Amino acid sequence: MGDMLGKLTLDAVPMHQPIIMGAVAFMILCGLGVAALITHLGFWRTLWSDWITSVDHKKIGIMYIMLAMVMLLRGFSDAIMMRMQQALASTGGPGYLPPEHFDQVFTAHGVIMIFFMAMPFIVGLMNIVMPLQIGARDVAFPYLNNLSFWLTAAGALLVNISLGIGEFAKTGWLAYPPLSEIAYSPGVGVDYYIWALQIAGVGTLLSGVNMITTILKMRAPGMTLMRMPIFSWTALCANMLIVAAFPILTATLAMLSLDRYLGMHFFTNDAGGNPMMYVNLIWAWGHPEVYILILPCFGVFSEVISTFSSKQLFGYTSMVYATVCITVLSFLVWLHHFFTMGTGADVNAFFGITTMIIAIPTGAKIFNWLFTMYRGRVRFTTPVLWTIGFMITFVIGGMTGVLMAVPPADFVLHNSLFLIAHFHNVIIGGVVFGCMAGVNYWFPKAFGFTLDERLGKISFWCWLVGFYLAFMPLYALGLMGMTRRLDHVNNPVWHVYLVVAMVGAVIIMCGIAAQIAQITVSIWNRAALRDLTGDPWNGRTLEWAVASPPPAYNFARTPIVTTRDAYWEMKRRGLAHNPLPAYRPIHMPRNTATGVIVSAFAAALGFGLIWHIWWLSIASFVAAIGIAITHSFNEDRDYYVTPDEIAENEGKYHLASQV
Amino acid sequence: MNIQARPLPVATAPLAPEVFEVEEEHHDAGAITTLGFWIYLMSDCILFASLFASFVVLRGATAGGPSGREIFNLPYVAVETSCLLVSSFTYGMAMISAESGKRAWVLRWLGLTLALGLAFMGLELHEFAKLISEGSGPDRSGFLSAFFTLVGTHGLHVTSGMVWMLVLMAHVLRNGLTEANRTRLMCLSLFWHFLDIVWIGVFTVVYLMGVA
Repeated sequence: MGDMLGKLTLDAVPMHQPIIMGAVAFMILCGLGVAALITHLGFWRTLWSDWITSVDHKKIGIMYIMLAMVMLLRGFSDAIMMRMQQALASTGGPGYLPPEHFDQVFTAHGVIMIFFMAMPFIVGLMNIVMPLQIGARDVAFPYLNNLSFWLTAAGALLVNISLGIGEFAKTGWLAYPPLSEIAYSPGVGVDYYIWALQIAGVGTLLSGVNMITTILKMRAPGMTLMRMPIFSWTALCANMLIVAAFPILTATLAMLSLDRYLGMHFFTNDAGGNPMMYVNLIWAWGHPEVYILILPCFGVFSEVISTFSSKQLFGYTSMVYATVCITVLSFLVWLHHFFTMGTGADVNAFFGITTMIIAIPTGAKIFNWLFTMYRGRVRFTTPVLWTIGFMITFVIGGMTGVLMAVPPADFVLHNSLFLIAHFHNVIIGGVVFGCMAGVNYWFPKAFGFTLDERLGKISFWCWLVGFYLAFMPLYALGLMGMTRRLDHVNNPVWHVYLVVAMVGAVIIMCGIAAQIAQITVSIWNRAALRDLTGDPWNGRTLEWAVASPPPAYNFARTPIVTTRDAYWEMKRRGLAHNPLPAYRPIHMPRNTATGVIVSAFAAALGFGLIWHIWWLSIASFVAAIGIAITHSFNEDRDYYVTPDEIAENEGKYHLASQV
Repeated sequence: MNIQARPLPVATAPLAPEVFEVEEEHHDAGAITTLGFWIYLMSDCILFASLFASFVVLRGATAGGPSGREIFNLPYVAVETSCLLVSSFTYGMAMISAESGKRAWVLRWLGLTLALGLAFMGLELHEFAKLISEGSGPDRSGFLSAFFTLVGTHGLHVTSGMVWMLVLMAHVLRNGLTEANRTRLMCLSLFWHFLDIVWIGVFTVVYLMGVA
């Protein structure tokens, strides 16, 4: 029995830790609640055949964003636990979290927020919007798209399992060795970290390949690259970064696992290992990663600001070049994460300067957005509020970043709360605000009804005020010398700032609550919020040229593009919304369960490797490969939508949109 | 600057062939798959680049264990290398046969490629086994960890290429040289030649520079 389950015993369940057991019980109850609701609504069959096995990019995108929102709740719980702990334990008391638990909380917070909140959010938005924007029927590899999503979900599942079975890494979100080596982290926490990221990383990489191919090969006729909407441009650049950067993460984590599983010496501090090599490699992935997240958000802001100013985007060409410059430069700055390594003044100066140079294309973008608004008729909808909030917040975050790009200043601020404040300033102010703007902007496209504006604005103001209250004190604390990741400290001066930061986190929590309320209320009032035109904002790009939600085939006829803002031009010339007299059959891919089954085996493979259950690992690996091979022999992969079905769909839509 | 804030004209045009494609465009599925595979290969290239960089960093980290000069047997590796290089040639012959629609010859050449791949892997595994039995396994030093991982990762790629080749032979036996199978043959061809190029890098950086 002992051998059958590897390192796994009943002791792996932290029964003696009431906080963890409470969280696990809560998660199980939520899961049971959702399952009961699905049963009550009789939704299981639809869930399986129309969603889980779907190869439709819009549905896959929606599933990515649902995953991201659930993981946002988990990552935020970690955040507020840390803020409470530091507020309670900064006057000498122990607080309520023991150090080994606190260490897992800050590691899980970072890993979840970057890999399982921000990444799925961004990939989800790209999935829903990009193929529509370029006038495509689907992505290049629809089945691969489904597999990518489920691999990401399998990674997220492993992180969540670690809460109740075993432990998570106590190493910080990048798991620096030698701490993450077997000698100093003998538990399964780092193994959970490694395999969750490896499995999700494969999904992300495949998704990157898929998106690039889609953009390069499947644009509508006439849509040259320089006519492509900015969001699709940023998606192209972000996916190129994914393909260029994620293999470095895969290789680095593979080397760390070889150290841990086979006693190798890549990053150990004996037998010739070199821990700083890990730090170099992980940031050669890690810095491009932050641009993978922010570039598509820049795209969202560009679309939002242009639509709601009812103007063409100012400086389209400079926007494209700025995006490409940032893409290239993102690979030339990684060393600024560890100026303190001591490579010498010349190397530090080089990376300091490249870091500062990135501020130039980014600044150009800010001016482009401002000039787009200038003399436009700006409608202050929720997406616009997020965009303006972003512009102000991101500029502040960018400036503190340039400050830290000065190596001598960085020597003082390295690993302090000033750094924490800086990157939350750009990631919350940039990525989170961008995702929220994107959700409010494209929700009606995905679901056919708009989101409640009042609750959307409440959530925006809570997030904005909460953000400043939560993170401005951290800048001050960093300058006072408080380092990151302290589980307790005795300093009454710092205490005040930490309490203010906690209040900020509570206000952000109100913002999240308002968002949940916004979605719930909007679903409830969907009849009143219904948009039958497919174009609720008077949009400019092709995603608004189809019904909401779009039919599986997206476009009944592929549009021909002659300008930028193709849909605006169609409307201007009075050519939009005219039903065509006849339709042709449309060739579509069939749904498949292969992606979700292969991913389930990938999760089992990861679980087996984490707990050294070798039979499970081998069996799952063989099964996953076997199913993929069997799938290659399946020839019943496609079908045709008949002209009658299309005519019926399109008829309803055109009738509704003739206003 | 305020160029687009004008109201929309209300003209309703009749049918607009210049706005929608009348004939459905046929995306060339084979070309799309091949491009996607190229992009994947570039990502694999970066995976190898990371391992090469790590090898170069750790090359001197022998920690009192053997260095490359003491363990590498160049003539042995030369035989190994020629197996792989010749297998690239035989794969090329398989592709030429596929072009001219000779299914039996495609299968023969693929079989020969597979045999050469097996020989290559046999030689590699024998080298690994010998080193491990002499106490120069991957856990001996940073240098050996990097050596085994770089060469082993290439070996894993060759192995998966061989599994893929078997599957593809089954596909060709079943359905013949269909459009889909030609695309698959093309992708595996790219993969196989790519591994050849990576091996030339391994041979140069690891073995030749290792004994220099």
